[in-house]
Amino acid sequence: MTQVQPKPQAPAKPRATTAARPSDPYNGKEMTGAEALVRALESSGTTDVFGIPGGAILPAYDPLMDSTKIRHILTRHEQGAGHAAQGYAHATGRVGVCIATSGPGATNLVTPIADANMDSIPMVAITGQVGASLIGTDAFQEADIVGITQPITKHNMLVKDAADIPTAIAQAFYIASHGRPGPVLVDIAKSALQATTTYNWPDRIELPGFNAGAKPHAKTVQEAARLLATARRPVLYVGGGVIRAGASAGLRKLADVSGAAVVTTLMARGAIPDSHPQQLGMPGMHGTVPAVAALQKADLVVALGARFDDRVTGRLESFAPNAVIVHADIDPAEIGKNRAVDVPIVGDLKDVFADLVPALEQEHIKHGKPDLEAWWAQLDDWRRTYPLGFTATQDGLSSPQHVIQRLGELNDADSTIYTSGVGQHQMWASQFITYEHPNTWINSGGLGTMGFSVPAAMGAQVGEPDKTVWAIDGDGCFQMTNQELVTCAINEIPIKVAVINNSSLGMVRQWQTLFYNERYSNTDLHTGHGTRRTPDFVKLADAMGCVGLRCESDADVDATIKRANEINDQPVVVDFTVSKDAMVWPMVAAGVSNDEIQYARGVAPEWDRED
Amino acid sequence: MTRHTLSVLVENKPGVLARVAGLFSRRAFNIHSLAVGQTEHPEISRITVVVDVEELPLEQVTKQLNKLVHVLKIVELDQEKSVQRDMLLIKVRCDARQRVDVLQIVELFRAHVVDVAPDSLIIEAVGNPGKLQAILAALAPHDVREIVQSGTVAIGRGSRSITERALDRLTA
Repeated sequence: MTQVQPKPQAPAKPRATTAARPSDPYNGKEMTGAEALVRALESSGTTDVFGIPGGAILPAYDPLMDSTKIRHILTRHEQGAGHAAQGYAHATGRVGVCIATSGPGATNLVTPIADANMDSIPMVAITGQVGASLIGTDAFQEADIVGITQPITKHNMLVKDAADIPTAIAQAFYIASHGRPGPVLVDIAKSALQATTTYNWPDRIELPGFNAGAKPHAKTVQEAARLLATARRPVLYVGGGVIRAGASAGLRKLADVSGAAVVTTLMARGAIPDSHPQQLGMPGMHGTVPAVAALQKADLVVALGARFDDRVTGRLESFAPNAVIVHADIDPAEIGKNRAVDVPIVGDLKDVFADLVPALEQEHIKHGKPDLEAWWAQLDDWRRTYPLGFTATQDGLSSPQHVIQRLGELNDADSTIYTSGVGQHQMWASQFITYEHPNTWINSGGLGTMGFSVPAAMGAQVGEPDKTVWAIDGDGCFQMTNQELVTCAINEIPIKVAVINNSSLGMVRQWQTLFYNERYSNTDLHTGHGTRRTPDFVKLADAMGCVGLRCESDADVDATIKRANEINDQPVVVDFTVSKDAMVWPMVAAGVSNDEIQYARGVAPEWDRED
Repeated sequence: MTRHTLSVLVENKPGVLARVAGLFSRRAFNIHSLAVGQTEHPEISRITVVVDVEELPLEQVTKQLNKLVHVLKIVELDQEKSVQRDMLLIKVRCDARQRVDVLQIVELFRAHVVDVAPDSLIIEAVGNPGKLQAILAALAPHDVREIVQSGTVAIGRGSRSITERALDRLTA
């Protein structure tokens, strides 16, 4: 066991500055705060924003109407605007922008902001605030949104002076996109939007306390390389940070050079192609047996932009019990947060891979490649014995897994983006679709926000108009945010929605089946086969200006997907009526060791099987 | 649980104190004392936080504090290598006859009387928490009407200044 730096220290904060850029053409011009806001958004490179106007933000919407650079998409709910900005950011890697008015407009953004904070999505939320003189008086539509969002933003600020607007916006974009990405909220008083000011876009970002990231420490990188070169059972535990860092190519190299097993968390699906021979799939509560087992039996775990989330580790004390831990992350606060770390590496993962791969190659030259044959024999045995799969349900209805698997097979992995809500359909979508590229799988991982998929798909489609975007949704999730289909229909954003309709809150129902004696308290949604179908998703789709299709049997799945894929000028909603009895397997029950993983109900893998 | 004294240097911006305090309360840490004030540089404020917490969660909260955009520097001040002081104001009811006893206690603890009324005194005492507990214990037999206590302020011994480097960052 190697101890390099038992307690990683936060690195000295480098000063955050951007290179001086040519002065903005609008600098020195007289304008209102509202115009300054629109100019600042343009100066920051924004081309698409999602939002809803209202009293306090109203002044900003007037100059926004004249902007030739910014497309504003009027959503039907601020939550939809927020998730759309997230989907946009996730699909494109650019900062997503949403706008809302004060009070309820702002509080409706709270869920997307919290979601972006958990999943490290670069997002700028702009909210109107009541006039500066009214702040703190319980004025109409006043809410202390800076106070409310303080624990769920990377940073937030209240702007009361028109002159401060350009700098606030410049800082917000800088903070959202540098270091570990995250949401920044800028709350602007109506009086500041109305006041006149002289526009001044800052040449430099002055944030003396902001840590934009450190260079990886050569000594720890060297130690990580030494460990990777000598481990007998190495696993690369890949998290969403690899995708946020745009470091997939580096990961691929490290995987190829090291020969280590690779597991990709829910947030990292697509970080390395699923077709890569060393890819074992997703670890965690609903991970594959090989991925979960690999971590449990590993002698070295190299965590890359992952955060040892409880859904991955199961009972923390028994997670990867024999492994030396290397943890690389841009955020020093993640290192050692949940699991003690033997070799901490703080830095941008692109830099980490750029340093680690050659260091590992040097180790190989000096000491030869490690013999991983026995490890791979074991891993391949698990892969053969415990592949992902499902059994047909007893009620004769479609298997949701089959629908999702066929969606993946009938769409091109190179040009399709999938989003999902939260629950069973999310797990199946992460399990049964083959992801070959980063940013093609967009879901709400950390916060677990039901209703994420439709608005996120809308945002992804706006950001990537040439790709096919499929929202894989559940009937519960779909009923939370489907109003954004109206936004899609009117703005010609042709997303496709697969409602995996099991007529219930499926994941909760699964837990009721397993842990609450099949007492189905408040999980029946009456939308599926043999119910009143309230609402009828096909009629609902039609009413919202979308094409509605229904598929009720396995035999029709392929034809229905093909039909949906042929429609490209309108959003499509497919109501896939499926069995409510299908369950997500494998599963590690909450709070138990990952060693207790069940391959299917009552079926535990035999770990030390000899054959 | 051990007691830790953190000096947090922050940009003097609105809402910074709430952000810092929020990171402790989010983890259900009890802030034992808190003191805030300007430093020798008006653009830098110094927050002294005293918390009872284990090493590991303290390390986590320190790292989280470092992520706050307006936080410039955090230093944990060792009890032995720093001077740590609280201030206590004590209002004691006493008539002329009792006053002699009370003044004797004030004298013993090298405290001061900062207000005198015919039927009361206000005592100002400065010291480490132990000394302040002792003076309160000594005054217990008397009629203590009201006390108010400041947060701990603390400064490292010797010539080194922790504000210097933070200032470099502000002006570079």
